[in-house]
Amino acid sequence: MGLIFSRMFSTLFGSKEVRILILGLDNAGKTTILYRLQVDEPIGQTVPTIGFNMETLQYKNIKFQVWDLGGQTSIRPYWRCYYPNTDAIIFVVDSADTERLSIARQELMSMLEEEELKDAILLVFANKQDMKGALPAAGVSEHLGLTTIKNRQWSIQETSATKGRGLFEGFDWLVTCIKGGQA
Amino acid sequence: MSEVNSFGGKDKDKVKAEDEDAIPSPFVGVEKSQVLQEAGAAFNDPQVVKLSPSKCCLLITKLLFLLSQGETFEGRDAETVFFAVTKLFQSQNTALRRMTYLFIKEVAESTDPENVIIVIQSLTKDMNSDVDLYRANAIRVLCKIIDASILGQIERYIKQALVDRNPLVSASALICGNQMAVDSDKREVVRRWVNEVQESVNSRAEMVQYHALALLYASKSHDRLAIGRIVQQYSKGSLNSPLAMCLLVRYTSKLLHEDMSATNSRAAYEFLENCLHHRHEMVIYEAARAMCRLPEAAPQDIMPAITVLQLFLSSPKPSLRFAAVRTLNEVAMKHPNAVTRCNEDMEGLIGDANKSIATLAITTLLKTGSEGGIDKLMKQIAGFMSDIGDEFKIVVVRAVRALCLKYPNKQRVMLNFLSNILREEGGFDFKKVIVDSILHLIEKIPQSKEAALFHLCEFIEDCEFNSLSAQILHVLGEMGPTTTHPAKFIRFIYNRVILENAHVRAAAVTALGKFGSQVEDLTESIIILLESSLQDDDDEVRDRATVSLSILKKVRDGEPTSKTVLVDPLPMSENALMRSLEIYQKRPAPGPLSFDALPVVEDALPARAEDGGDASGFDAGGADSGAGDLGGVSEPTPVPTREENYAEELLNMPEFANLGALFKSSRPEQLTESETEYLVTCVKHIFAEHVIFQFNVTNTIDDQLLKDVSVVMEDAENDAWAPIMTKSIDTLKYNVPAPVYVLMQRPEDSYQATFSVELQFKVLECDPKTGEAFDPDDEGAEEDYPVEDLELGTTDFIARVQINNFKSSWETVGKANEVLEKFELPQYKTLKEAITAVIDFLGLRACEGTDSIPHNADAHNVLLSGTFIGGAKVLARTAFSISPSGGSINLKIAVRSDDPAVPELVMECIQ
Repeated sequence: MGLIFSRMFSTLFGSKEVRILILGLDNAGKTTILYRLQVDEPIGQTVPTIGFNMETLQYKNIKFQVWDLGGQTSIRPYWRCYYPNTDAIIFVVDSADTERLSIARQELMSMLEEEELKDAILLVFANKQDMKGALPAAGVSEHLGLTTIKNRQWSIQETSATKGRGLFEGFDWLVTCIKGGQA
Repeated sequence: MSEVNSFGGKDKDKVKAEDEDAIPSPFVGVEKSQVLQEAGAAFNDPQVVKLSPSKCCLLITKLLFLLSQGETFEGRDAETVFFAVTKLFQSQNTALRRMTYLFIKEVAESTDPENVIIVIQSLTKDMNSDVDLYRANAIRVLCKIIDASILGQIERYIKQALVDRNPLVSASALICGNQMAVDSDKREVVRRWVNEVQESVNSRAEMVQYHALALLYASKSHDRLAIGRIVQQYSKGSLNSPLAMCLLVRYTSKLLHEDMSATNSRAAYEFLENCLHHRHEMVIYEAARAMCRLPEAAPQDIMPAITVLQLFLSSPKPSLRFAAVRTLNEVAMKHPNAVTRCNEDMEGLIGDANKSIATLAITTLLKTGSEGGIDKLMKQIAGFMSDIGDEFKIVVVRAVRALCLKYPNKQRVMLNFLSNILREEGGFDFKKVIVDSILHLIEKIPQSKEAALFHLCEFIEDCEFNSLSAQILHVLGEMGPTTTHPAKFIRFIYNRVILENAHVRAAAVTALGKFGSQVEDLTESIIILLESSLQDDDDEVRDRATVSLSILKKVRDGEPTSKTVLVDPLPMSENALMRSLEIYQKRPAPGPLSFDALPVVEDALPARAEDGGDASGFDAGGADSGAGDLGGVSEPTPVPTREENYAEELLNMPEFANLGALFKSSRPEQLTESETEYLVTCVKHIFAEHVIFQFNVTNTIDDQLLKDVSVVMEDAENDAWAPIMTKSIDTLKYNVPAPVYVLMQRPEDSYQATFSVELQFKVLECDPKTGEAFDPDDEGAEEDYPVEDLELGTTDFIARVQINNFKSSWETVGKANEVLEKFELPQYKTLKEAITAVIDFLGLRACEGTDSIPHNADAHNVLLSGTFIGGAKVLARTAFSISPSGGSINLKIAVRSDDPAVPELVMECIQ
């Protein structure tokens, strides 16, 4: 693992932006997270993303180039077109939508098998914690089978994008990982 | 690459035009695979995209260059490069974003629509960007890739853009609307934008105004009255864009053409007249042209237009001179006198460096020339002919022919001109036009016959085109024997037998046979000539010689024989004969085969009616398609007609095997509006004692499957007309038309009926994607669907069959069964309308070209023929005249037939 970090560090250091993909099923809250991170104030209702949104953010002196890809079934096949050169994946889950957690797990697992993502670190947002019936992080983690993940740094974070909770904590982890690689 | 803001697909043309310049393109030799690889590598690397936008721009330029050269990206290549390009949205470089738009727009139609949606979010975002350029171009790209459902989601942004304060953005949104207005799925949405569009028409930006007017028109195009109001409103002078003015002129003129009542024609005319004083030449010309083309304009009405066009003739701009002379040329066909005053200017244009202008000037002069000036004019043209290409020469020849028909006294000069240029170098089309013109002159001006035939004889002495030689030989055989010295032609014809190839030899042998059988003095000599052809290498030549000889020998020996084979024309056209034989073959009648035993076949209607005597219309490039007016000597190319196809289908159905031969099939008749759930058209197939109604049914609902589709027909007044058999459709899938057949026996002597028609079927729900029913055991819900009534009339029992010699047939049928009637037809204002309508009512076919009406005629006679069911000939002589008081058309008609009942029945058709 040390090897991965040192390599990541060497590419991250300098002017290069950290490239992040936000993925997840439709209606998980990906677009809301992206814009909440960008402006840090409540944003209105979003429409389903047909395609992708791309924004650059700066956090703790690191520049992030964040791609939010649409989560509809028709768009998921195209995710792989955006895998190359990805440093981190933020996988967003609607913690209240327990019925579809198994689909989310399938999508996540098949994604993690991709050769192009083998060096990417994984941050899972157990989103919509403000909703009634939302599973806590541990529950989500279990459903997604995160504990089975080997050879990859990962973390899970409870969030509520609409309330702005948990997002920056998650990013703190990202920054630590990235800087940790540096140290 | 030209900039993204130019209009629609013109970018490509522009690039092409530039490529033709002397400077070689810097992209020559660009390798597709290499460019694709480089592009993929660069666009996927965020560093490159961020730091070297210009490199990315260059790569896109190369990709676009390849596309413009006709290269295509396919399969994985296309997908890879497309997704690589989508990554360029991360760059904020305006130049690169522009190229990104261009690329997506270019490949939008060739890329899988499912892939293309990946850029919709980004484009929608750009559409709301505060960069004008992004807003404008994102809209242009979006409208190429969205479907109706996504349009609904982004509609409000487009509506905002329509009235954007930046003209570039507003024009882009308008163009987007214009493109979607032609798409039936999106049209409804566009029509909701009327308020915004109207606001844009008042924009001060010329481009915005222009596109806004076009869109306003497009979204109201279904509503005549609204169009009338738009035109009236804006013709008061609120438009400042010259392009918008031109559009308005066109719309005005269209209204005047279509429907005089939709607009105030006086006001419209005044508007056009005012436009003649506009400060832009473009508008002036547009208005002048519109005036010249006004339906039924009197010469004095178009005088103001002629005046400005005359000024344009001496303009230094070739485009203006061309436009003016072209329009004047058009006017000269209708009102030669109105154009005469421009003759002097036009003569100056004969020497114009631009050959199109020069040719147009000449043909115009030929149309307006007075009889006295012809000799001088022909001299000028003769000098000019060697300078121009074949396509222009063809135009000149056509004009000369028209002039010759106008001044028959001058035929000698013009015939000499034609035969002189016939000897010059030229391609097949040019020679063919000359030959056809000469033949046409022979037909119309009998006194030119002998001289013209000799000119043609000289031509075939040295003619490299077989079909022309054969055509001329045929004409010689037809006309030569009745000239004063038929013997003179024999040498020319026999030379062909000795010198030419088989195709021409065969034609020459037949021609000799015709001389031999009609000119007694020559019979003996021709027998000797033909005997040598019995040894010919070619089967066809020998066969023809043998046939001719056997007849000629009988003629010589005074034995009774039929000359029919050699002399008389066929009683029907070759195409009709062929089709008739084909149908006969499928279901032969008992007894020996004769012309009378053959099933009746309707002649295919000519593609377009000839327009008056001087049909030699001039087309800008000389690529005139006026091949239809070749003096009746050419055969139209045989195309499979609908009757043939129907006959084929029907005759292959065992259910209908015992009905005898098909007499005729009607045109399809619509029984539903074109926008209903189920579309029904009906074709009536007439047999001797039966009628088959073929209902073609189309199901236009994609989640429905229809089962057991049948048709119920009832005649309320006469229940003798009742179905004896109905062949229904088992399953009718979405958008796959299928026929229901209803068979009826015709009650004796009944030729008319009105049926109420109802579609009956069972509806099943189905999956729109597969077309399969959701539940295979579903019986479906029964449903009735009434459609419009269907009429059966006498006309359905008459076949439009042309006969070759009307006069002799008229005499043969005799006046025993003749019926004479007079009618007044107040519903028609012009002869043309009345004649077309009456021919249509009667279901007859005009003979001998009598349906072409001379220009400005106030009376016209038309000869009509047809065949009634059962085989009786129907002949009609009609005389149309404009009533002295004007306002209605008088018709005198005499009908004769072999069958005493028929003339009365035919008369009843005129209502």
